[in-house]
Amino acid sequence: MSSSFVKGMKCRLCGKLYPVSPVNFCQDDFGPLEIDYDYEGLKGVLTKEKLEARTFNMWRYQELLPLEGEPTVGLHVGGTPLIRADRLAKEIGVKTLWIKNDAVNSPTLSFKDRVVAVALSKAREFGLQTVGCASTGNLANSVAANAAAAGMQCYIFIPSDLEKAKVMGTTVYGAHVIKVRGTYDEVNRLCTQVAFKFGWGFVNINLRPFYAEGSKSMGFEIAEQLGWRTPQHVVSPMAGGALVGKISKAFQEFYKIGLLKQEPTTKFYGAQATGCNPISGAVKNGWESHRPIRKPNTICKSLAIGDPADGYFAAKLIRESGGWAEDVTDDEIREGMLLLAKTEGVFAETAGGVTVATARKLVEQGRIPKNEEVVLLITGNGLKTQDSLTTQLGEPVTIGTSLSEFEATMENTREPVLA
Amino acid sequence: MTVKIQIPTPLRPHAGNLASVEVRANTVGEALGELCKLHPAMDQRLFENGQLRRFVNIFINDEDMRYLENLATPVKDGDEVAIIPAVAGG
Repeated sequence: MSSSFVKGMKCRLCGKLYPVSPVNFCQDDFGPLEIDYDYEGLKGVLTKEKLEARTFNMWRYQELLPLEGEPTVGLHVGGTPLIRADRLAKEIGVKTLWIKNDAVNSPTLSFKDRVVAVALSKAREFGLQTVGCASTGNLANSVAANAAAAGMQCYIFIPSDLEKAKVMGTTVYGAHVIKVRGTYDEVNRLCTQVAFKFGWGFVNINLRPFYAEGSKSMGFEIAEQLGWRTPQHVVSPMAGGALVGKISKAFQEFYKIGLLKQEPTTKFYGAQATGCNPISGAVKNGWESHRPIRKPNTICKSLAIGDPADGYFAAKLIRESGGWAEDVTDDEIREGMLLLAKTEGVFAETAGGVTVATARKLVEQGRIPKNEEVVLLITGNGLKTQDSLTTQLGEPVTIGTSLSEFEATMENTREPVLA
Repeated sequence: MTVKIQIPTPLRPHAGNLASVEVRANTVGEALGELCKLHPAMDQRLFENGQLRRFVNIFINDEDMRYLENLATPVKDGDEVAIIPAVAGG
């Protein structure tokens, strides 16, 4: 099946149209470019029956992803579980709670595999041999792994203080990794200059309009997994701020092409760390433009983007949907990670802790009603940010090999004994 | 004060294909104003309704002007003012 439903590219600020090319900004106002599709043409062509017959991964929705032909990178990405989380729902105080679990996404255990699969497949279509990115961790892992599998060269730029597991989870694939002594925003600025000079396919810079579309697959899957409908509330972590908008776009696109009975009225909630909260700050204060954070300070390094590229659009979407945003402290983040693990058996990275803790806060504040249905986006795996929990988890008890020593440890419990 | 304004690649066609332009000014705002006088095509690229466009960032010696005094930030001899389109995301 070929995908020729891409009409072109469009400026998100002024609407100016552009042909498909590895450029991500408008010549007139530097506004970001977005992919435009032939929705009319897709009506009746992409049906539920047709979709349900395909393998369950992100490429099930290929016609709504921006490639000309078949994907060549990341063929097994997506199709992650949507877990009904009754135990966590009870703790947080809502009627129905779902976890979209991209912590087990393939190949690199974060939702970034979705955006990278699209970006690298598109880079191939453009004939680019070398790709790159600036990253707070998950993107680095994903670009390195997928580029290796695709036989592409890649250059990964990261802040020099990233968690060890995330650095190793990048270098292991043979990528060229450059640690930069600066914040993520400073790394990004450097990469913009490198992209302009070297002409590589930077997934989050010149390939950004294509890259960003990959996140929609998370939204498509959620709608299908819920039985071809959209949830009342979605809580999303925010780093660059693009994810929440792409989930909304996914729901809207399904409706546009006739796959949903009702128009989506989902309310979107953004979750950030208090130590780096430009977007939640904008929402809570009613600012149109976010105020950038010069030196983010939080254990949640994956969301530590002080000047989010999609900050303006995320705040706007959240407001217009009738949602809200909040941010949580480092202690609350750790509590959120542990709560998710202990109630639902899902070990999420710090961003997952941010999302759970924020959802809890929003329910306590009455922003999210208690008797409705909420979906939490869990975007990355806890094994990647182990450093954040070292002081929370106690050491297990250590005993010798005798039964009596074990029994001694059970002395104060009421576990039944058989013999 | 004499400052050097760095022109990013996508804007060079509007500044006579120059990579940098030297101007005399006391603030960042004045420096950009001088640039637009020398190269009028830059004005529409940088400003809309008198305001700096949302996706254009200005750095003074590697410091984002939003952390200083925005366009009112004073400049001194030898300062480098860099125009960076905010085209990178996270």
